[in-house]
Amino acid sequence: MTEAVSQPDRPQQFEGGERDLFSKFDELIQMREGLLASGMEDPFGLVMERVLSPTVAVCNGRETILLGTYNYMGMTFDPEVIDAGRTALTDFGSGTTGSRVLNGTYQGHKEVEQALCEFYGMDHAMVFSTGYQANLGIISTIAGKGDYIVLDIDSHASIWDGCKMGDAEVVPFRHNDIEAMEKRLRRIPEGAGKLVILEGVYSMLGDVAPLKEMIAVARANGAMILVDEAHSMGFIGPNGRGVAEEQGVLDDVDFVIGTFSKSVGTVGGFCVSNHPKFEIMRLVCRPYVFTASLPPSVVATAATSIRKLMEAGDKREHLWSNSRKLHKGLKDLGFRLGTDEPQSAIISVIMPDLEKGAAMWEALLHEGLYVNLARPPATPANMTLLRCSLCAEHSEEQVDTIVGMFERAGRATGII
Amino acid sequence: MDRAETANRIASLIEPFNKKGVTITDDTTFAGDLEFDSLTVMDFVAAIEDEFDIIISMNQQAEIETYGQLVDAVVRLRSEQS
Repeated sequence: MTEAVSQPDRPQQFEGGERDLFSKFDELIQMREGLLASGMEDPFGLVMERVLSPTVAVCNGRETILLGTYNYMGMTFDPEVIDAGRTALTDFGSGTTGSRVLNGTYQGHKEVEQALCEFYGMDHAMVFSTGYQANLGIISTIAGKGDYIVLDIDSHASIWDGCKMGDAEVVPFRHNDIEAMEKRLRRIPEGAGKLVILEGVYSMLGDVAPLKEMIAVARANGAMILVDEAHSMGFIGPNGRGVAEEQGVLDDVDFVIGTFSKSVGTVGGFCVSNHPKFEIMRLVCRPYVFTASLPPSVVATAATSIRKLMEAGDKREHLWSNSRKLHKGLKDLGFRLGTDEPQSAIISVIMPDLEKGAAMWEALLHEGLYVNLARPPATPANMTLLRCSLCAEHSEEQVDTIVGMFERAGRATGII
Repeated sequence: MDRAETANRIASLIEPFNKKGVTITDDTTFAGDLEFDSLTVMDFVAAIEDEFDIIISMNQQAEIETYGQLVDAVVRLRSEQS
């Protein structure tokens, strides 16, 4: 333990009197040390030593059911997906060592963009190296000085960072509050460009947005609309295109942002659009230009997975049945949940406080179950949450086992 | 509406957010003295925006640290945005 940890109130002075730039983290360091000093396992230091399937891994030496990954459609071990990656690795090498606009566009990058156009039924698709960069790049590039961004206060960090990187005026509104959004849109000075940013599924509570109503209001006020469908791709909507498709308003969305790191089962991000001038983004969007493109094996696995997701109706149905079963099981046990009804593949369990939440998280891990511990400031209203994300590969029996684990851990920690 | 009247209306708007009953002057800071967290800021800003029919973007909020600066900003935004 360092001085800074045991005496965080006294700013550390280095020789020469320079202030330690790390002093600003002292409060967090202290909170973390306090948590670990109680003997608990580090919620943010989990190591998966072996991954046995999309739903089971060996974590910290224990065989563990995975209920905190974003592997919604269980594509990570799909034999066709793995074969495609292996072939591309052999044929095209381990990496591109270059930007998409220079030497980093291979056949595979064009093929995955074509697969996205077909998946969404849209004219243009642009693939980024991560989902984070897709939001960062598109938002900071299209909303410039004098433009206004109107966005939900519970937006993902990549959206906020995209706002911060650009020069537009940023105006947030209360989560899913249609009236609050409308008021702000109406007050924007005449002639200013407007971008409304929404998400299909909000990942902390697993709730969906009333996109139909919100998009109608945004349209009526002359705004362009960007929807992040990261947590809905593959299983919400008749073709798995997301919440906008489910609510029948995908045609009114100007830009859909998505990721390969959830249902698709690898890594990467994208934007699809019907905007006639969309292709210019490849030259002006800095997080697209100034970074290396995805490795050939990654785009090959993504393209194969996306094409399989178009035909994944049975898996979609099983995932929904898992979601309903877990939601009911936890609700019947008396846990407080993020939504009254299951709205997505995320079931969020609200903990009384961080201490109890951490204890419950650890008790579940000892039972052999991994969930995500989410705490302020990443959570809405400063809640501590245990976020459960289901997979289409979880069996019915596994969901029963999970409910039993929650029951024992909940009673042991006094939460139910 | 002059500065004094704007200040009066803001004074009544801030009351429900001033949970600790801090005595407010032009030098009172929102983050330090009033201990506003991000959610409180959002609700308080929304109350002011609705009262005066203005937008205070996050870019503008970043420049506002004290109560006095807020009153000045509202006076200025009202003349610009009306």
